[in-house]
Amino acid sequence: MDGMGIIKGMGVTLKRFVETYLDDIRWLGKRYYTSEGIAHRMSTETRGIFTIQYPEEKLPVPEEFRFVPFLIYETDENGQNKDRCTSCGICAKVCPPQCIWIVRTNDPSTGRPIPEPAEFYIDVDICMNCGFCAEYCPFDAIKMDHDYELSVYNRHKSNIFDKEKLSKPVSYYASIRPANYAREEAARLEAEAAKAARKAAK
Amino acid sequence: MSEQTLVQEDVTAKSDAILARFPQFIALDERKGYEGYIVQADHLVEVATALRDEFGYDYLTSLTGVDYLPDDFMEVVYHLYRSTGGSGLVIKARSPRQESSIPSLVPVYPGAEFQEREAWDLLGIRFEGHPDLRRILMWEGFNGHPLRKDWQEPFFEEEGKPFKSRWPDGNVYRIEDKNPFTNNVDYPAGFDPETWVPEKDAALYAGLGLIEKPGEGSGLRTDQVIVNLGPQHPSTHGVFRMVAALDGETILALKPVMGYLHRNHEKIAERNTFLQNMPFTDRLDYFSSMSNNFGYALAVEKLMGVKPPDRAEYLRVIMAEFTRISNHLAAIGFFLNDLGAYFTPVLYAFEERELILDIFEAVSGSRMMCNYFRFGGVARDLPEGVYEKIRKLVDDRLPRKIDELDLYLVKNEIIRSRGEGVGVLTPQQAIAYSAVGPVLRASGVPYDIRRADPYSIYDRFEFDVAVRYHGDIYDRFLIRLDEIRQSLRILQQAARAIPEGSIQEGKPQYQVRVPAGEAYGRVEGPKGELGFYVVSNGKANPWRYHVRAPSFINLTALEPMAVGNKIADAVAILGSIDIVLGETDR
Repeated sequence: MDGMGIIKGMGVTLKRFVETYLDDIRWLGKRYYTSEGIAHRMSTETRGIFTIQYPEEKLPVPEEFRFVPFLIYETDENGQNKDRCTSCGICAKVCPPQCIWIVRTNDPSTGRPIPEPAEFYIDVDICMNCGFCAEYCPFDAIKMDHDYELSVYNRHKSNIFDKEKLSKPVSYYASIRPANYAREEAARLEAEAAKAARKAAK
Repeated sequence: MSEQTLVQEDVTAKSDAILARFPQFIALDERKGYEGYIVQADHLVEVATALRDEFGYDYLTSLTGVDYLPDDFMEVVYHLYRSTGGSGLVIKARSPRQESSIPSLVPVYPGAEFQEREAWDLLGIRFEGHPDLRRILMWEGFNGHPLRKDWQEPFFEEEGKPFKSRWPDGNVYRIEDKNPFTNNVDYPAGFDPETWVPEKDAALYAGLGLIEKPGEGSGLRTDQVIVNLGPQHPSTHGVFRMVAALDGETILALKPVMGYLHRNHEKIAERNTFLQNMPFTDRLDYFSSMSNNFGYALAVEKLMGVKPPDRAEYLRVIMAEFTRISNHLAAIGFFLNDLGAYFTPVLYAFEERELILDIFEAVSGSRMMCNYFRFGGVARDLPEGVYEKIRKLVDDRLPRKIDELDLYLVKNEIIRSRGEGVGVLTPQQAIAYSAVGPVLRASGVPYDIRRADPYSIYDRFEFDVAVRYHGDIYDRFLIRLDEIRQSLRILQQAARAIPEGSIQEGKPQYQVRVPAGEAYGRVEGPKGELGFYVVSNGKANPWRYHVRAPSFINLTALEPMAVGNKIADAVAILGSIDIVLGETDR
């Protein structure tokens, strides 16, 4: 019990204390509030201060980051918006907390369902952000968002998202998940080519 | 091949010997998909004692009940292991559903205490001879036993998800609005919440047995004092309460009180489909969601008979070991907080944990609620750049930082004087109280499921089972550093050897077919043995889903650890067990 352990341990804290200043000097003021600085603080080489000054600074989220689903619509050449969703209900069935409500559209003349949701609701208070809906959607119609700043004043009224609030254009999806989008588009083109080839063979 | 036959022979020989020892009241469980023996309840204690003393099954890890409503009986399932390693033994005892009663195994395995209380609380099975059979997770004003199959929760819709109201019916309302909560509360007969006085505390204090021995032994007559630690206090790591009876500063008896965070995870899980449970397991021990996924995936894969491809196995091991490192870093940090080293060690530890969570986020999409495992694989492959980051972390940064943490803390005289010889758990006690994980291994029992009963591909890696021999809180602190180093060894090997290939066996499905039967999947989680006992009846939802939670069962050993120590050390002793209330209370 000579106190050497404590002194050596304090040496570690002293070293880290000094390092913060050394690293600040090395970056010449560019360590904070710049995207390179934030990337450095997230990297395995980082030393010194590693905290991020939210909300002035924000951590960039990785592509796979998932937070609350949204619906994708496509815009055709006439400027008409068309939902990718066919209201097949797989997302509602796979949803663990059962927070997705879908009202199907019925053809007014025949009364048979047509593949388009009339209404689509997600209770985001209940949503657990597991990402199953996006993972198992066969039409790539529902995807997980990157926007995590959803605070509101009245949660009972504003946290049940309807179709209008959930819908986002496919270009938005391509911008937040470029790698996934590219992979899905490639698969889609391939499937279409295969279909065309089958037709041609017939 | 020869090894395989050897094991096979050993198993047959073992089962013959057990059947021969008790020919009259033990029978093989011959239901399809089931294993183990059915013991006549009257002879349970006798059989268990013989299994412990003659056959070496000295380690009861899991105890739970199943309500077989269609067949009208309750079954209690015991998973026994040898503390020297090897595969387990399952015994079962039955009782009618009305007035269920089964002899208590606490005299044979003290580790059954909390688990039997839980089975009484949730399933309504009485355990005759239990020293302190009270509700443990629910309160006294709760009507019924929620895991019974005929018990229905407020806002009950259907027996199993998916609910028709969401699709195809498309009812656009919250069920709570139609059926407000106040009309849904149900009290037991004769219970009035307005006039009710919590008898529990009186029972609790009586259970401590302090009235009998005031000031015994010392010439000085001293009064005993009851001190409540918690339920809301940072030093209890969540909403957790310890009631301690003190003589001066010395703890005479200590009872943990829990259940404040109880949400009946198991009932929710029995409503869910098999896949839907995966993200719910994240919320058990939220520090180590990847390990929770692992245990559940193993249990269901056992039932389904699928095996993930090689690359998925490597990814699983990498994620599970990273989880262990991040969990132990947090555990060490908070333990130091409990000792009074306020927040500097935590933040040093969290810096590294943060980098690990970045990897989890990039791979799974979430830092803590990973939901990464699927039956027969994992959710997705490593995105670009993540592999390089993993290599940099495990080969360079983490070993360096662990050495720094070592230099910073391990020789510190204050930590040593606070930790050495405090909260001692002997190896015999550790096994008897079903302690698992670092708590068990710090007491000198080298039992690690990754070695004792290997699962996944852990038999391919070279690593040592970390073990320390004093059983005090200082050793429990050191063993976590040792385990981080061993995890790094595994990670280095896994990162080098990870093959290319598919990450999912078969096509990803949202409705998996799980044949009828039972399975117990267990992994060596960061906090110890995490087991999932799943019973399927061939339908879309599990018939029974039980979590053998290490945080919960390790608390059984809290009292023997704490008694005789000073009250100030109780906080450190609790910190050294490393509990997470999300898992304790479920």
